[in-house]
Amino acid sequence: MKTLPLYAIAHARSGDKGDGSNVGVIAYDARAYRILSAWLTPERVKAHFGEIVRGPVERYDLPNLLGLNFILHDSLGGGGSASLKTDAQGKTHGMAMLRMTVEVPDDYDPPSVGTAGARRPGGEL
Amino acid sequence: MDGTRRALRIANGQGFWGDSVDAPIRLVEDGPLDYLTLDYLAEVTMSILQKQRRRDPRMGYATDFVDLIRRILPTLRAKGIRVVANAGGVNADACRKALVEVAREQGATGLRIGTVTGDDILDRLDELTASGVPFASLDDGRPFSVVRERVLSANVYISSFPGAEALRQRAHIVVSGRSTDPGLVLAPLIAEYGWGADAWDLLAAGTIAGHIVECGAQCTGGNFSRWWEVTGWDRLGYPIVEVERDGTFVVTKHEGTGGLVTVDTVGEQLVYEMGDPNRYITPDCVADFTSIRLEQEGPDRVRVRGIRGGPATDTYKVSISYLEGWKAVGQLTVSGPDAAEKARVCANAIWGRLERAGMVYEQTLTEMVGVDACHGPLTRASAAPGEIVLRVGVKDASREKVDRFGKELAPLVTTGPPGVTGFAGGRPKATEVLGYWPTLIPKRLVSPSVVVEEVR
Repeated sequence: MKTLPLYAIAHARSGDKGDGSNVGVIAYDARAYRILSAWLTPERVKAHFGEIVRGPVERYDLPNLLGLNFILHDSLGGGGSASLKTDAQGKTHGMAMLRMTVEVPDDYDPPSVGTAGARRPGGEL
Repeated sequence: MDGTRRALRIANGQGFWGDSVDAPIRLVEDGPLDYLTLDYLAEVTMSILQKQRRRDPRMGYATDFVDLIRRILPTLRAKGIRVVANAGGVNADACRKALVEVAREQGATGLRIGTVTGDDILDRLDELTASGVPFASLDDGRPFSVVRERVLSANVYISSFPGAEALRQRAHIVVSGRSTDPGLVLAPLIAEYGWGADAWDLLAAGTIAGHIVECGAQCTGGNFSRWWEVTGWDRLGYPIVEVERDGTFVVTKHEGTGGLVTVDTVGEQLVYEMGDPNRYITPDCVADFTSIRLEQEGPDRVRVRGIRGGPATDTYKVSISYLEGWKAVGQLTVSGPDAAEKARVCANAIWGRLERAGMVYEQTLTEMVGVDACHGPLTRASAAPGEIVLRVGVKDASREKVDRFGKELAPLVTTGPPGVTGFAGGRPKATEVLGYWPTLIPKRLVSPSVVVEEVR
């Protein structure tokens, strides 16, 4: 096994769901989707977010989009106008998710993505 | 594909009240369009509009919408573009009157303006409760009595069929109250294609077309993970769906605009604010997001097909807002060296001084913007910023206590570590915290009504 940053094999978007947020993770190819289906468990996601997520994490699968949808319960400090947080709507949780490190098989090479790769050329990690 | 078939081109030019004021203008000016949809309402918006109507019975709707129509009405008429917007808020009739005035000013006789009402049940709550509707919280099942005395607004997410009916009565502009966001796109499809109330796959397709465009440019490059691939941020194209009678559609944008429409940008928007993808419940149907197939058909063109839907439920969702308490948030800028350590000293001083003054709050917040405000423990350890914005806040049932908190920030400039600044804009004042109470109501108890008025 070796490790890769999640952003090398998937992209993501997040938004609010009541007092929680959702993070949709979309794999860049079918093999990445299979790897993430097994590896990206609700438990690992909850551990990654630490104090940000106070409630449980749920996962729903969308194989047609190579997508995994996570609901992070009680992650907004109240949600909507009730929250004091800068990110009261979980807009940044997708980018937080992509900071994860994923274990992948040694023979797996991430696909070439878009016009310039899965990470901005010269961009910070 | 036969040559006589022409897809309907439906655009969204406003993802929320406060979105770009120029986007809808660019949409109607820069290319062909059949319908322009505009979404103005969020949960908290309804309570603000109720408050405005209480102060002035002629208010309570999205006034920006009337200003927009004033600017684009000549183009709408010249190009035959019709408009569907939930700009009515809690006073769609007043919005229609304002639009009629604008039309008269411009000599637009023959213009037909429709309204859909019946979603606002604020004045019916006691009657409905007495008739047996529990209005228990969908989140945690708590009884409605917990918040009844503090309710500020109550609106039903009504179906798309009344909006379609207004279009069938040849309305050029349809203004509704709390219709669903995707329903703004579905209404014209029902009206034009005659989709039936039990055509679940078609209704789901129209709903998902609406879901993709309801947040404006978020499907055309906005918020995209690989943002460095997006060009033309200063002229980002807002989305257009070209929907066929069979429910298949293409997501695109006007030629020559900035942004990006790919399987990846559309895919990200599909999972935005998603709950259970197998059951996306709307008043019109239950859409299955696991049935969607995306395919890049050409540059900035993504074809969507395969959508399945199921029968609608027998309840409508109700959005109730209530006064939950008071809050205030303030900030100080702390320069380096040792910005993080000094910001921590400042925060501890604020909370310690308030405690000595006898102030204990239901909820407090300490964030260091530049260190951990967004990503908490994921960035806290490695961050070493040259300066930090210390952001602190409180929430409490007592307005006085919240105002007292606001007085504790400015003193830090002279009573804390060196290099503390950025205290501008006066003391943070207590503002209302609006609670949100989602619940259900049987559909048979809600009767939307449609009015279409012709300008003379």
